[in-house]
Amino acid sequence: MKPRHKRLALIASGIAALAITAALVLNAFQSNLVFFFSPSQVAAGEAPRDRSFRIGGLVQAGSVKRSQEGLSVQFVVTDTAKDIRVAYAGTLPDLFREGKGVVAQGKLGADGVFHANEVLAKHDENYMPPDAQHAVDQAQKAQKTLRNP
Amino acid sequence: MIAELGHFCLILALCVALAQGVLPLAGAVRGNARWLAFARPAAATQFVLVALAFAALAWAFAQNDFSVAYVAQHSNSRLPLEYRLSAVWGGHEGSLLLWILLLAGWTLAVALASGPLPEIMVGRTIGVLGLVAAGFHAFILFTSNPFERLLQVPAEGRDLNPLLQDVGLIFHPPMLYMGYVGFSVAFALAIAALASGRLDAAWARWSRPWTTAAWVFLTLGIALGSYWAYYELGWGGWWFWDPVENASFMPWLIGTALIHSLAVTEKRGVLKNWTLLLAITAFSLSLLGTFLVRSGVLTSVHAFATDPRRGVFILVLLVLVIGASLILYAVRAPRVVSGGEFDLVSRETFLLANNVLLAVACATVFLGTLYPLAVDALGAGKISVGPPYFNTVFGPLMVPLLFLVALGPHASWRSTSVAELARRTRLAFAFAVGGGLALPFAMGSFSPLVALGLFLVLWITACTFLHVRSRAAASGGAPALLRQPASYWGMHLAHLGLAVCVVGVVVSKGYETEKEVRMAQGDTLAIGGYSLRLVGMREAPGPNYSAVVGEIELSRDGKLLKVLRPEKRTYFSSQMPMTEAAIDPGLTRDIYVSIGEPLGGGAWSVRAYYKPFIIWIWGGALLMALGGLLALSDQRYRRARAAAQASTLQGAKA
Repeated sequence: MKPRHKRLALIASGIAALAITAALVLNAFQSNLVFFFSPSQVAAGEAPRDRSFRIGGLVQAGSVKRSQEGLSVQFVVTDTAKDIRVAYAGTLPDLFREGKGVVAQGKLGADGVFHANEVLAKHDENYMPPDAQHAVDQAQKAQKTLRNP
Repeated sequence: MIAELGHFCLILALCVALAQGVLPLAGAVRGNARWLAFARPAAATQFVLVALAFAALAWAFAQNDFSVAYVAQHSNSRLPLEYRLSAVWGGHEGSLLLWILLLAGWTLAVALASGPLPEIMVGRTIGVLGLVAAGFHAFILFTSNPFERLLQVPAEGRDLNPLLQDVGLIFHPPMLYMGYVGFSVAFALAIAALASGRLDAAWARWSRPWTTAAWVFLTLGIALGSYWAYYELGWGGWWFWDPVENASFMPWLIGTALIHSLAVTEKRGVLKNWTLLLAITAFSLSLLGTFLVRSGVLTSVHAFATDPRRGVFILVLLVLVIGASLILYAVRAPRVVSGGEFDLVSRETFLLANNVLLAVACATVFLGTLYPLAVDALGAGKISVGPPYFNTVFGPLMVPLLFLVALGPHASWRSTSVAELARRTRLAFAFAVGGGLALPFAMGSFSPLVALGLFLVLWITACTFLHVRSRAAASGGAPALLRQPASYWGMHLAHLGLAVCVVGVVVSKGYETEKEVRMAQGDTLAIGGYSLRLVGMREAPGPNYSAVVGEIELSRDGKLLKVLRPEKRTYFSSQMPMTEAAIDPGLTRDIYVSIGEPLGGGAWSVRAYYKPFIIWIWGGALLMALGGLLALSDQRYRRARAAAQASTLQGAKA
């Protein structure tokens, strides 16, 4: 091969490899983005039905119910305006507490219950998951605007 | 008083750092030898000052001086001494001080070891390091002073975050920071080379050990962090693609690329510009990592900072360093001429492919880590990118990389024929295909991913073996192998370490079993051919926490092997609960048990994992680091120093 051809081959294979990688990356990116919705948004029907997403807010006091058998648990997540019921099977994180912030990832069932496959509460007792904080802030702002138009 | 002395030392260190940054660089421009000669003593003075400041803070922790705000926030008189001392870097301010101490240490090492380099190069390198140090000194003094006093002295400190009260966390941050900060030397050398427009084999040979040393520390730091996450977080995972982990992984990927491109630049004088760009990128990513972790834009256990001024300050610092070095690169890089040609199939191409793959892998991690932050910052909604994205993207990128790792050493510089390469490695290929197909059956069940992973592992191992054998044959028998340079063995050891790591990743992923169940006293659970029986739960006091300890008997075929004692701790000062997993480690499998929460009626939720070969992940990382150490010990670098000394002397005479 002449040097010019060699360089062309090198450049062409480089571009081809990059194109394939870019396609691969963007495709994976697209299908793995997880969006966040607050309980108010879910109540307003903005959340998708067929796709996994995250919700966040406070665990409503007195709402945590463990089943007598197995590890399933139900609780209510609230942004102080709207509530959403969450079902989960498994061990809850150390810092999961009633009245504290929580973020859950999963799918919305036809019964309106959010079936979580992952529950996150973060590492510090003073720390509020930012997504949960955001949900509560948004809901309270919305309520204020309703009260004082 | 001691704290004020520490504060004072830091202020002095800032002044010295400014002088260390400005004088030698100005001396290099104006050709003033006396200004240049200021570099070394300044570096030494700065190290002493920062070390004194660090010692002052450590003293405040050891003495439980809660009048220092930082100590009050991160320590407690009931905390054992070793954790009080590691609490020095348990928070934002102290870990920055550690950053600066290590930077001063690396600078001092450059000053001490740079005898043979031309004075102007030494002056520029130490000067650049001085400017970086000055930026961080200003950051710590203006936004995050660790010596700030409290007007009302609390009787007791708030305690160190219980997650950080662990042996792994004593060593993880210093190791990681040694790596991060170590890349500043490669960076400063690159800037000095750009400023002089001279980049020869001697420069590359001099940069190599520094880069390798930083890489060794970073490798160990990441591995320690990963192992800590495995045993401490109680979820049995070892890598979460958490933004903070990614922040340390990105410089590692680019640093690995840099090590390989430096080899090409030294041996063949090509890819010079690319090497410079990698050196700049590696350090920029280290700074970005510091920014991500320290600015509070991320919210995880690592993000201590909540003060927005800090984020802005460090962002400005980041933009200044990266911007200035990229502008310098744009202006000066065209002057750096690469010599030599190479064929489409040659060792140069293999190393270039390694570089491209690592850079692309780094870019995908970058996208997944920063895109959610960017979207959030623009107010366009809240999203997250989870492990599935990284796994689907990163895995396929590693397959060609691992394949080429095996071939690279077999290729000759400049030109190799494909036929020759195939002839040399066909045995290895046949062996790897056979083994890759057969081994999964031997392990229980066939899975294409495990087969592919094991094929790559066997391929690397067999190719390495063939390479060593042919080297022995070419140099006159096995005894001649002992005379091979240390860096030769270092390379092979690091590549084998990578293979070992892949075994751990693939096999543990492919054959792990996870069980999460409700267990009451006397219940048994079968997992991976073992049986676990909950004997009971009992209360156990700790120095600064109370714990509930589960007694779980691990047995196989009715024979008791070990009693596992997972704990659930509650720390007094923070009332924070913590899960301590119990692990029975082994070369071919780990049994991992952690207890969740009480479910009422004496029952607890219990998580158990059977993880085959998982320890190989960290064993592999350790081998990689050892490979780096071996390469560092190569005589060649010391001979090169002597040779350079001779040539400088001759130059002086001429």
